[in-house]
Amino acid sequence: MRDLSVNFAGIKSPNPFWLASGPPANCADQVMRAFDAGWGGAVWKTLGEPIVNVCSRYSSVDLNGQRMMGLNNIELITDRPLEVNLREIAEVKKRYPKNAVIASLMVESKREAWHLIVKQCEDAGADGLELNFGCPHGMSERGMGSAVGQVPEYTEMITTWVKEAAKTPVLVKLTPNISDIRQVARAAAKGGADAVSAINTINSITGIDLDTFVPRPNVGGYTSHGGYCGPAVKPIALNLVQQIAGDAGWSLPVSGIGGVSGWRDAAEFVLLGCGTVQVCTAAMHYGFRIVEDMIDGLANWMREKGFKTLDDFRGLSLPKVTEWKHLDLNYKTVARIDENKCIGCELCYAACWDGAHQCIHMDRAPAPANGITMTPIPKLDAAKPTATPLARVPRVDENGCVGCNLCALVCPVEDCITMQQLENGLPHESWAMKTEAHA
Amino acid sequence: MTGSPEIQTRFPDLHPAFTSQEAAVEANRCLFCADAPCTAACPTHIDVPRFIKKISSGNLRGSAITILDANILGASCSRVCPVDVLCEGACVMHRFNREPIEIGRLQRFAMDAFHAAGADLPPLATAAKPVKVACIGAGPASLSCAAELARRGHNVTVFESRSFAGGLNTHGVAEYKLQTPESLREVDFIRGLGVEIRCSEPIDTAHLKQIAAEFDAVFLGLGLGRMEPLGIPGEGLSGVVDALRLIADYKTAQTIKVPARVAIIGAGNTAIDAANAAMRLGAERAVIVYRRTQKEMPAFGFEYQHAKQEGVDFCWSSKPIRIVGKNGKVAGLDCVRVKPNLETIAGSDFTIACDMVVPAIGQSRSLALAASLQGIDTSKGLIAIDRATGRTGNPRVYAGGDIVNGGREVVDAAADGKRAALAINEAANA
Repeated sequence: MRDLSVNFAGIKSPNPFWLASGPPANCADQVMRAFDAGWGGAVWKTLGEPIVNVCSRYSSVDLNGQRMMGLNNIELITDRPLEVNLREIAEVKKRYPKNAVIASLMVESKREAWHLIVKQCEDAGADGLELNFGCPHGMSERGMGSAVGQVPEYTEMITTWVKEAAKTPVLVKLTPNISDIRQVARAAAKGGADAVSAINTINSITGIDLDTFVPRPNVGGYTSHGGYCGPAVKPIALNLVQQIAGDAGWSLPVSGIGGVSGWRDAAEFVLLGCGTVQVCTAAMHYGFRIVEDMIDGLANWMREKGFKTLDDFRGLSLPKVTEWKHLDLNYKTVARIDENKCIGCELCYAACWDGAHQCIHMDRAPAPANGITMTPIPKLDAAKPTATPLARVPRVDENGCVGCNLCALVCPVEDCITMQQLENGLPHESWAMKTEAHA
Repeated sequence: MTGSPEIQTRFPDLHPAFTSQEAAVEANRCLFCADAPCTAACPTHIDVPRFIKKISSGNLRGSAITILDANILGASCSRVCPVDVLCEGACVMHRFNREPIEIGRLQRFAMDAFHAAGADLPPLATAAKPVKVACIGAGPASLSCAAELARRGHNVTVFESRSFAGGLNTHGVAEYKLQTPESLREVDFIRGLGVEIRCSEPIDTAHLKQIAAEFDAVFLGLGLGRMEPLGIPGEGLSGVVDALRLIADYKTAQTIKVPARVAIIGAGNTAIDAANAAMRLGAERAVIVYRRTQKEMPAFGFEYQHAKQEGVDFCWSSKPIRIVGKNGKVAGLDCVRVKPNLETIAGSDFTIACDMVVPAIGQSRSLALAASLQGIDTSKGLIAIDRATGRTGNPRVYAGGDIVNGGREVVDAAADGKRAALAINEAANA
């Protein structure tokens, strides 16, 4: 039995899967159904002064028929009265004492306002607080959300105010819409934050209706930039999480957010040092039931790897990220094509010639003359061979191959093109070593 | 000539049209192979990945024009092509343990969208020296040749003996593959390119000589003749209807019902079409009688599978020797078993009780008309041509389609017609 439980900056949860603050964590009914489905915690839809939302609110990016590779929203914080949310938080905590309920907060930049809402949430029974310094749309125009998160001094100041009043752990949720996320993460830490969450959504315009010329989502003929999330943003989120968790002297827990759709994503965030992961888009796409495989898949992977707890592998990938200048210039790989697996699509050939280094060749057998083709008649004509003709199996010129991976990436067949390390007997030599030697 | 509702109900599309979302999903499965084998396998070399990519990008007009630039009969070919042995048979997905891309249905999707949008095909660069060309016969080979020439500004007249153009596309393709109105829509599209199609104008030897004198070039798209007779007693009985006649009759709703028991003789693709038609037209039993075994049958494997699904029976290694009549009508078919070398097995006679006999052992070849022109070689039972140009021994006479290949597919005829048109165009502007 694998132990997936977490103690995240003092907040206990049966597993690391939390609903992120957003539409799936809008009310008690949703949060309780999510807990029934297996979610370990939920960060409540951001509380603050009630707002009015627009219609419509979401738009998405589809890729080759796959829906919602990326999701964009212009929905604001909760539009329900604060007292209703507080009453429901209390109700949920009473019924689900073992699950984590974190109140996400966003109020105007006044010390008293922050002190008040902190007290109200903690009185309601929230296990922790998450300061929403990240939302890039709407609220930022009113000086809140990412307007705070983009200025390290504001972030530190408000975090300090919150810590003056808070008895529960305080998480600061960071915006990716900034040039160096470490500056804000450090400011949050300096203000006394117990942890950070990253990332919030990324500024976006997802697309434009080519009939009306109105970008989506359409609100009466206009749109406004929104916050982008979903599978498409995961690489950006991983990078920013690594920058924070890998920052020299960093010691706070990180709750990873951004495109987590399954257990593999979760494992990756934990490998980069995260204590929990937060999920929104995948739950919006498929419902709360997706958490079952997140838990099951992660536990099975941990079993296969011999990990008993999340701590056993947390951060293992952090030391494997380094600066480019330290990479070994003498490490050499080349592409190898398994001709028994090759289906003859020639995508690697096209990619290598047009997008890489012109070292894949179609010369293993003479190409058939571009002659006249006729419909074969079973009785009269020989059947076509079913194996890939040698003329369609590409050859890699290993002297020209720079080991860039492109062919292996475009090949549709699993393990048909693999990158093989060439033992060249050369010692490790990096750009840093080379330039030092010449200095 | 429009489709009959009764026939349309009995012969719904074997491969129904894609909805736009189905088409997008299928188009996105295409790997977009470089130097794609599907394109090489197509007799007209349609750039398949290119037209499929355009479907997935939502550029349906560009997709259709990509198809039509290679094969002006792209609409009918999308439905009648034996894709299993052509483009889809060559799809690399087969080696990937996956279903091939449904190229035929995607092509149909693009062509249907093109026709729905008004079938507006941009002209090609016009030949500097337009010529007058006559196409004899209005089947796929002639229509393809005529359209390719007309698109390049040449003056083309098509002569057709029947009252409707389209050849076997109009009269001879199983309705569940291509409905007659769809074939006629394509004929109208080709008329719209500037081709004059004169129906009900049978051409005899004298007329052909006159045409050859009057026109700069002649394309012979004569097709094959009527079905071959069986050469056994009883062929004159009522209830003996050859396969092409049966198909043409039901497509024009002149036949909407067949008797309870039907025997079809021969095991080619047309025999299968006739047998399937018999089942759909109310036969309780349709049996294909063939001298050889399933292994040697000329029909495509997928056609055989289809016939079995339709409930057609097969009687292998059996040779018909006599059609039995009663009161002038078919009452049975006397057969005898034969060995693999076709020697009859003594004492193996048996009778298949049936009310209708459908000969389907191939079409005759009428070469007299072609042979009447100077320089045309018909010694091998077909019109001999240079395959790359379609040119016969007479430098002003070209030929293509079944009359040169012995009877293949619409797409082969379309390719022949196109090659001849390009050669005529080139010769005119040399």
